[in-house]
This record gives sequence, C-alpha cells and structure tokens, in this order.
Amino acid sequence: MKQTWTLAKRELQAYFDSPAAYVVLVVFLLFTGYFFTRDLFLMNLASVRSLFDIAPLLFIFFVPAITMSLFAEERRSGTLELLLTMPISDTQVIGGKLLAASILMLSAVGMTILYAITISFLGDLDVGATVGGYIGLVLLGITCSAIGLFTSSLTRNQIVAFILGFATILILYLMDKTWFTIFFPASVGRVLEYMGLDYHYQNLLRGVIDTRDILYYVSMTLFAFLLTAYNLAKRPE
Amino acid sequence: MIEVRGLTKTYGTERAVDNISFEVKKGEVLGFLGPNGAGKSTTMKIITCFLPPTEGSVLVDNLNVSEESVGVRRRIGYLPESTPLYQDMTTYEYLTFVGSMRGVSSTDLPRRIAHMSAVCGIGSVLGKRIEALSKGYRQRVGLAQAMIHDPEIVILDEPTSGLDPNQIVEIRELIKGIGTEKTVILSTHILSEVQASCDRVLIINKGKLVADGTPEALKANFSGAQHIKLGLQEAPENAASVLESVDHFRVTGQELLNGGETVFTVSTDTQEDMRPTLFKLAVEKGWTLTELHRDQVNLEDVFRQLTGN
Repeated sequence: MKQTWTLAKRELQAYFDSPAAYVVLVVFLLFTGYFFTRDLFLMNLASVRSLFDIAPLLFIFFVPAITMSLFAEERRSGTLELLLTMPISDTQVIGGKLLAASILMLSAVGMTILYAITISFLGDLDVGATVGGYIGLVLLGITCSAIGLFTSSLTRNQIVAFILGFATILILYLMDKTWFTIFFPASVGRVLEYMGLDYHYQNLLRGVIDTRDILYYVSMTLFAFLLTAYNLAKRPE
Repeated sequence: MIEVRGLTKTYGTERAVDNISFEVKKGEVLGFLGPNGAGKSTTMKIITCFLPPTEGSVLVDNLNVSEESVGVRRRIGYLPESTPLYQDMTTYEYLTFVGSMRGVSSTDLPRRIAHMSAVCGIGSVLGKRIEALSKGYRQRVGLAQAMIHDPEIVILDEPTSGLDPNQIVEIRELIKGIGTEKTVILSTHILSEVQASCDRVLIINKGKLVADGTPEALKANFSGAQHIKLGLQEAPENAASVLESVDHFRVTGQELLNGGETVFTVSTDTQEDMRPTLFKLAVEKGWTLTELHRDQVNLEDVFRQLTGN
C-alpha cells in the first residue's frame, strides 16, 4: 500500500514539475469559469448547472491527455521494465498511476467548489443536485482515468494512447444518446443506454443517488483496471 | 543462491532461451557471455521476474519466480540494459523513490542514499536532474538504484555498454567492489570484461548454454593448439622444411619483413611448451633469433570457436 502511494506521489510530482498539471488546472477552470460567469452575470442564474454540463465534455479531452504518458512513456523509455521488477504487484503499479491521474483531475474539479460556495451566498443552491453532481464528477473522473490508463498500456506511443483513450471515452459518452440508440432494436438500445457514461451521470445530477449508478462506475473502473492488468501481464516489448 | 533448471522461453515460434540450467553460488560473480541476441537479456529478465518462463523453473534463495515473485524481487537489484531512469527527476529524488519502492524504510533511506552515493561516486550529482547527467554518471546512478535496498543479488545487463574506456574501467572497479560482498550476474559481449571481473563464465549462443566454467578453465579446455611466432634474421631457404622435420611442428605462416627478417608461424598440436626446442634448434643450426613468442589462447578464441558459424 505504501508503495502504491509512493508511485502516485512520483507521478504527481512529474505532473507538477512540468507545465502539464498547471495547463490542465488553468484551462479546466477557464472553461468552467466562463460558462459559470456567463450564467451568473448575463443570464442572472444562481446555478452551478453549467459546470456539471461542461465538465464531462472537458473530461473527454483532458483525462486521456493526463493518462496518455503513464504507461506509454514508461514503455518507450524502458523504465517500465525497472518498475515492474520492483517488489510490488502489477495491481499496485496500476493503482498508483490511477490514483495520481484521479487526484490531478479531481483537484481541478475540487477547485470548482468555489463556484458552489459563491452561489450558496447569492441564492438558493440546490444542495441535492450539487452533491449528486459532484459525486457524479468524481466517479466519472476516476472511470475516465481508468479507461485512459488502459489505452496508455496498449502502446508505446503517447499520441496513439491519447487518440484511443479519447475515442473510447467519447463513444461511451455518446452511447446513450437517442440519435445513436435509434439505429438499434429497443432491447439493444436499452443495454447501450445503460452502458453509457453520461446516462448514469444524468441520474446522479437529478440529486438521486442510486447504488446502480455508483455500481456502474465502479464496475467500469474495475473492468478497465483488469484489462490494463491483463495487458501488463503480457509484458510486450 | 540461484538455481535455473531447464529454462525455456519462446516468443511465438522463436526459442529465445532453450533449456538452460545452471546454478549460482552465494558471493559468486557470474558473467553471461554471448553474441547479441543470444538470450542473455531474456534469461536475466526471467530471473528478475519481468518475464514469465515458458518452461522450466528459476529458484532464487529457494523461492520460485513464478510463485513468490515479490519475495524474489526483494532479494534482487536489477539494472536493465540501456539504463532506463526517470529523466525528469534529480538523482536524490530518484534514489528516494526507488528506495521506498523497494521497501527501504524512510528512517534508513537517507543513510542508504549516503552510502550508495559514496560507493558509486555520485555525491556530486545528487541534486542534478538525471537528463543532465553524462552516460557514465547515469550508469552509476543505475548501479546505485540496483543496490539501494542492499540486495543479496545484483543483476546487471550490459553494465558497461556505451561507456568510454575510462568509464568502463571505473564501472568495472565498482562491480569488482560489489562482487566481494554480493552475488552478481552480469551480461556482456565484451570478453575482456569477463576476464577482468568474473569468477565464472557462462557462454550462451542461440539460446543454448555452450560453456560453463572459470575463465581459466575455459581457456585451458578450448586451447587445442598453440601458435609460436619465430623470427629469424637472414633465414636460410630451407628453414621452413627444417622446422617441419621436427615432431609436432607445422609451419602455417611465413612472412618476410623489411630488413631481412622472416617471421614463421609454427603450430603445434601438443600442450607442451615447445619454445625451448625451437631455441635449441636455432642454436644448433646457427640461426639468428629475433623473435620467439607463444600466442596465448584467449577467451576471445574460445568465444569465437563456440559461437561462430
């Protein structure tokens, strides 16, 4: 366990030693801040709804950017060999890296709590929906990180890792939309909808915290985690 | 300490390591010798638990690499070929990271880092980023990370490749120092390295073990013939035939140098030193001897003999 944290710390240090972490944080806050202030000042809306609408879209792009290097770069530079011969299990390695990516992404989300606090002073904050939304963002962030980590373990090329991660998350995000499910029979459409990343997020946004939605994100994360572990166990050069 | 039994590793249809068995005793410095692509690195990757064996077993301190992998890894320090290090970290950060990953307690860590930087001579670069270090220093940092947790076994894959001659000598000295207290396995395709630092040599070719022994034993076993160079000033025309008339002698080369000196290469098929015989012959015939020299069979010849096509 201690080693998992040691590894996560190293990855976080690498993020914060380079411009990567700052660019992610600043651009994330710029986008969410723009929509938040637009609602607040132009439309006179005391709501953090726009944050919850825009954040998942930013995840689709930002998360694969954060995770793309985690395994691909280690594989390219050969450090993966050293990492995987240390006295820790592969699961601990994946866990440490997932932890680091999640912490970076969620610290960006965490800063937006300031918006919610501002709103609570200015008007009526819908506490249920806000809590549900943040739980949704946390789960979505971790799930997307796990998917990005998996695509990073597939290749030694960071660009390939990014594009694959981006495409996978995007497809999963769009999967529940009517213009997609309409091409399938109703029964398949239901399954596709249930598999969609956004479907469960929308449920949580309503302020209804259902175990089924939480279970969905947990199982998606676990599935991506296992695929990554399987991939690492093959030890391809 | 390390027991390798019937180890085989296949990549697809290619057999990278083919039924290799050997043992390494505690405190031994073992050299893996072989041409590039012979299976040295693959064998090391299996011992360090990076790759699983296809067949056969590897026991490290009686722990099986397939079953008690984490226990095996704890006992091993490993430096892969090409010394992969995290370029964006400083040497100190890197050693701290590797140390705590390898289970050195945080109270011991500063002491271990201080010790390793003294042993490996990296005290002056502890605060520098690894990307800014020269190849020689990176190699030292690589050695330091392999030994930071004071392992019983150190495995080094081509530790001197890509270094300049001075650095090679320094790293070799370092390895010699390590070898006095630890079990070391190192791979190389440089023969003088094995002669300089190893107690025992394994020669691997095309995945198979072709020789196993001390450098001296290998030289003795594989030196079937000896070659003697004999130089004569103003050699008479019949010198070659006179030489051939002596038992065991065969003239395999004859070269006329500037200044009237002729150098004959005489081969013998015995282990006996034939130089006194040649000297007496020269005296008897009244020849002027300018050179009398026996070529030592070296490991290079053994290597060529075993791994050449």
